[in-house]
Amino acid sequence: MDILSLFIIIPLLTITGIILVKDIRNVKKVAAIGMGIQLILAAVLIFLYVAERKGGNISEMLFIKDIVWFKSLNIHYAVGVDGISVAMIALTSIVVFAGIFASWEVELLTKEFFISLILLATGVFGFFISIDLFTLFLFYELAVIPMYLLIGIWGSGPKEYSAMKLTLMLMGASALLLVGILGIYMHSAPSGNQLTFNILEIKQYVIPITAQRTFFPFTFVGFGVLGALFPFHTWSPDGHSSAPTAVSMLHAGVLMKLGGYGAFRVAIYLMPEAAKELSWIFLILTSISVVYGAFGAIAQKDLKYINAYSSVSHCGLVLFAILMMNKTAMNGAVIQMISHGLMTALFFALIGMIYGRTHTRLINEMGGLMKVIPFLSVCYVIAGLASLGLPGLSGFVAEMTIFVGAFQHPDLFHRVVTIVAITSIVITAVYILRVIAILLLGPVTNPKYENFRDARWYEKTSVIALILPVAAIGMAPFWLSSTISSSMQPIIDKIMAINLF
Amino acid sequence: MINFSYSIWLLLIPLMMFFILGLAGHKLGPRLSGLLGTSGLAIITMLSFIIAYSYFFGTPKNGEGFKAIIAYNITWLQLIDNLHIDIGVLLDPISVMMLIVVSTVSFMVHIYSLGYMKGERGYERFFAFLSLFTFSMLGLVVAPNIFQMYIFWELVGISSYLLIGFYYQKPSAVAASKKAFIVTRFADLGFLIGILILSFYTKTFDFITLTDPSGPAIAKTGGATFMGLSVITWSMIFVYMGGVGKSAMFPFHIWLPDAMEGPTPVSALIHAATMVVAGVYLVARLFPVYVMASPQALHIIAYVGAFSSLFAAVIACTQTDIKRVLAYSTMSQIGYMMLALGVSGYGGHNGLGFMASMFHLFTHAMFKALLFLGAGAIIHAVHSNFMTDMGGLRKYLPITHITFLIACLSIAGVPLFAGFFSKDEILAAAFEHNKFLFAVEYAVAGLTAFYMFRLYFSIFWGKETQYHHTPHEAPLTMTIPLIILALGAALTGFIPFNKLVTSDGLPFESHLDWGVAVPSVIIGLLGITVAWAMYSKSSNLPDRVASAFRLGYKWAYNKFYMDELYLFITKKIIFRYISEPVAWFDRHIVDGTMNAIATVTQVTSFRIRKFQSGQIQQYAFVYISGVIFLVILLVYIWR
Repeated sequence: MDILSLFIIIPLLTITGIILVKDIRNVKKVAAIGMGIQLILAAVLIFLYVAERKGGNISEMLFIKDIVWFKSLNIHYAVGVDGISVAMIALTSIVVFAGIFASWEVELLTKEFFISLILLATGVFGFFISIDLFTLFLFYELAVIPMYLLIGIWGSGPKEYSAMKLTLMLMGASALLLVGILGIYMHSAPSGNQLTFNILEIKQYVIPITAQRTFFPFTFVGFGVLGALFPFHTWSPDGHSSAPTAVSMLHAGVLMKLGGYGAFRVAIYLMPEAAKELSWIFLILTSISVVYGAFGAIAQKDLKYINAYSSVSHCGLVLFAILMMNKTAMNGAVIQMISHGLMTALFFALIGMIYGRTHTRLINEMGGLMKVIPFLSVCYVIAGLASLGLPGLSGFVAEMTIFVGAFQHPDLFHRVVTIVAITSIVITAVYILRVIAILLLGPVTNPKYENFRDARWYEKTSVIALILPVAAIGMAPFWLSSTISSSMQPIIDKIMAINLF
Repeated sequence: MINFSYSIWLLLIPLMMFFILGLAGHKLGPRLSGLLGTSGLAIITMLSFIIAYSYFFGTPKNGEGFKAIIAYNITWLQLIDNLHIDIGVLLDPISVMMLIVVSTVSFMVHIYSLGYMKGERGYERFFAFLSLFTFSMLGLVVAPNIFQMYIFWELVGISSYLLIGFYYQKPSAVAASKKAFIVTRFADLGFLIGILILSFYTKTFDFITLTDPSGPAIAKTGGATFMGLSVITWSMIFVYMGGVGKSAMFPFHIWLPDAMEGPTPVSALIHAATMVVAGVYLVARLFPVYVMASPQALHIIAYVGAFSSLFAAVIACTQTDIKRVLAYSTMSQIGYMMLALGVSGYGGHNGLGFMASMFHLFTHAMFKALLFLGAGAIIHAVHSNFMTDMGGLRKYLPITHITFLIACLSIAGVPLFAGFFSKDEILAAAFEHNKFLFAVEYAVAGLTAFYMFRLYFSIFWGKETQYHHTPHEAPLTMTIPLIILALGAALTGFIPFNKLVTSDGLPFESHLDWGVAVPSVIIGLLGITVAWAMYSKSSNLPDRVASAFRLGYKWAYNKFYMDELYLFITKKIIFRYISEPVAWFDRHIVDGTMNAIATVTQVTSFRIRKFQSGQIQQYAFVYISGVIFLVILLVYIWR
């Protein structure tokens, strides 16, 4: 058994376990144990990966497993990881682990809830280990479908509307994506040769430029919708605000990262010429995303809406950096994905915990929480500081890498969009500090708050599991950055090979 | 060559203290936390003095002056092949001098806070934040590259935010902390853009390479230009923008008076002595680049400094909150330092302004920290911030009175006190360079003496106020720092800065310029006399003067309506005219389009589904009509 397939098998076993459990109260324990094992497995994977690289293995993907699945179309079940996927897998297992503990208090249909949640996670894990476009797409779909149920059943507010909207928009995106992927497949080899879905095989061949021009927009927009590309981001505020806590965490934390990951692993890696030609359109859109999302967040009143818009801004920065198509910026994009995944999951976890106490998410109805629930409030402040890019926390590392990388383009257009994107650091500070001031500081506004109990053990577990990596990346970014950057090299080589810049 | 690598402990100790006090402070209890934090600072202060001694006196000079030493350096983050962020320690005359300033003042403030903050809720938190601040400030000071400076620049910003908002249940403190952070963040945006431009064209963050006269920043200025100025000049202007924000120069000064909402020891440490001079320090750090590669930027610095010092001095004459008077005074004095840098040249006696600026930074740290700590003792005694509630306090607070007087004499430039020497050097430098700026600063010197003694006479003399309970002198933990700082404010003027801290590291000869010193002493004494006449006894003279200059007084009293302008920009423009329309646009236009697509699909499908009625007659009718239509069509085409 290869280690990568375990990342799919363990969640499936956990689901089986949950189905078999008799006592409904034990469901969450089984889920926690399963995802705990997954977390340990992620740590083992990191260790094995580093050991392998130290041992001098320089192949692009490690731990490759390739099984023919459907011969006539040359579809394989093919998995393999590089440093970037390992980092994303680690991110996913942390967020899922924290998500399980954040949903400790789910009462309604507990079993079904955890089954759907872990099924979603399975899809995400599968996506990150795939090196075959077909399997990749399959897992992508697997991750999107449970989302509909999770929001539609366990959500709040206009949950049916939000669930429908989110699913339809993401389905629309996957339709575009399917066209893009099939387009790549059709041009994946010189005529007469065996066509392939395998990324490693496709990248050795240059897809004809006309085909690239056609299929790059499909692929990029398809992934971009998931990464909250303006103007296709509107599923995000509604979806996040209606979703239950753990789903918001997973969704903003990892699902939105599928977009960014796919955008460079598939769209840019395989079609760099078209990416170069068309990047200006998307750079404009993403720099709008960055600033627009931040300004949108200032005017919101609902905590989840604030965070949803904040995610639009931060994920916009991911796509922005990817489109810069140089090593430093793309490196920063990956760090930003990880950083944003962790801190936004932290935000949503805390919002869920605060909501569980105050039963409102409107900031104007709350105030002075710092005095009554200091632990959660301090964690919220830490999440906020990470989000506004304070040195010592992960957001700073990501943003600075992106900005320095983006600034390496000496032409005026890239300069202007970069400076537009940089202004977001001020706007972000405005909305983050606004929320902290209204929500946490000041006098306690409601006498009932005095009876609140601060975080319980499972809430602490969830929150600390997310804060630790945020601080670790922020203080010692070198390891992560160098791992990602060496794995980014093949992609950069491919871009440089066609001599674009 | 002495090995200075132990200097990294300057950063590690306060960082450890922050984590210990932050994570375990509530278990340790207030007493232990306070002592732990203070003893950490004691070690740092000792280290700083050891470093300063061995740097200035322990290394053989051989007539080459002081060299910059990289005592410690590790790569923190690799960005591009030739561009990486390092964390390290750089020792050169200005960083060593700043080490002394930061550690001494911070140590004094720690001791003082042991008494001042006694019994406050969150005592451990206070010391944890103080440690965080000390860590950040020391990291800023010893930064060997501009990016480390930016990192710690942000960290002092957040420490300042946390400490201003220390009384987090007080809405005014919360608003002030938020304002301070956002205003400086906006300025830091400029700093960051400046760093990006600078590093792109020079391919380095390293200060030693940047300031090397034959290095990429200075020797290569003939390159790209933008709107008539070289890119290096642009980048230096942007970098200076960060300094304007942090050092509360016009127009980013608006956060500083509000920052007085923080506990008074914090105002003394952060908003008087150390953090607010970071902007001056930044310019001094990059001084060779400013002088040799971007003189236009240096002009901007001089004029911004001069204007800020005048602007703030005028406002300070009208304020009644003693901490706000001191805040405007700080702004004014930092204006002096900026101006001194702005009029300075490089090397030898040309670098007089540079030396004067650093000198004034040093003496100012002493007397301004003393003034704030003294103000804290006064507020502690009378429980009010307003000088209108005070009067005749000299009988009750003898130690505070004497030390406060020493600080006032020092800032007013009375001979033999520290401020006299440093201010005289600044005026001399300004006189040599630009007569107009000299005239401005000369007037400011008079205003300074006036508003400081206005403060002094209203607090310690003037009318006898009836107090609810007799004010009493502060405890020893508070008076000892006052006495030590008073010694500093009185005596540090005798330190030969022209031998130690100069623009090129070489000592030069500098004498007291009596042609400048005598008039400046006269105007200082004049200011004191006017203040004495108006405020030493209870009289209606101040009111008469105020009504004589009614309009001017009103404008100055309302700080020239800068706060209203700020509110207009944030509340009206950003919130009302940008954010809310963006939010509306998103919900109604972008999302509306998405919903409209869904609605159109739905409506269309409702229409179309009528065709699938299940009635065989209808299907047959449609089928046959279709056949007939096609037949006619085909016949028509083929005919």
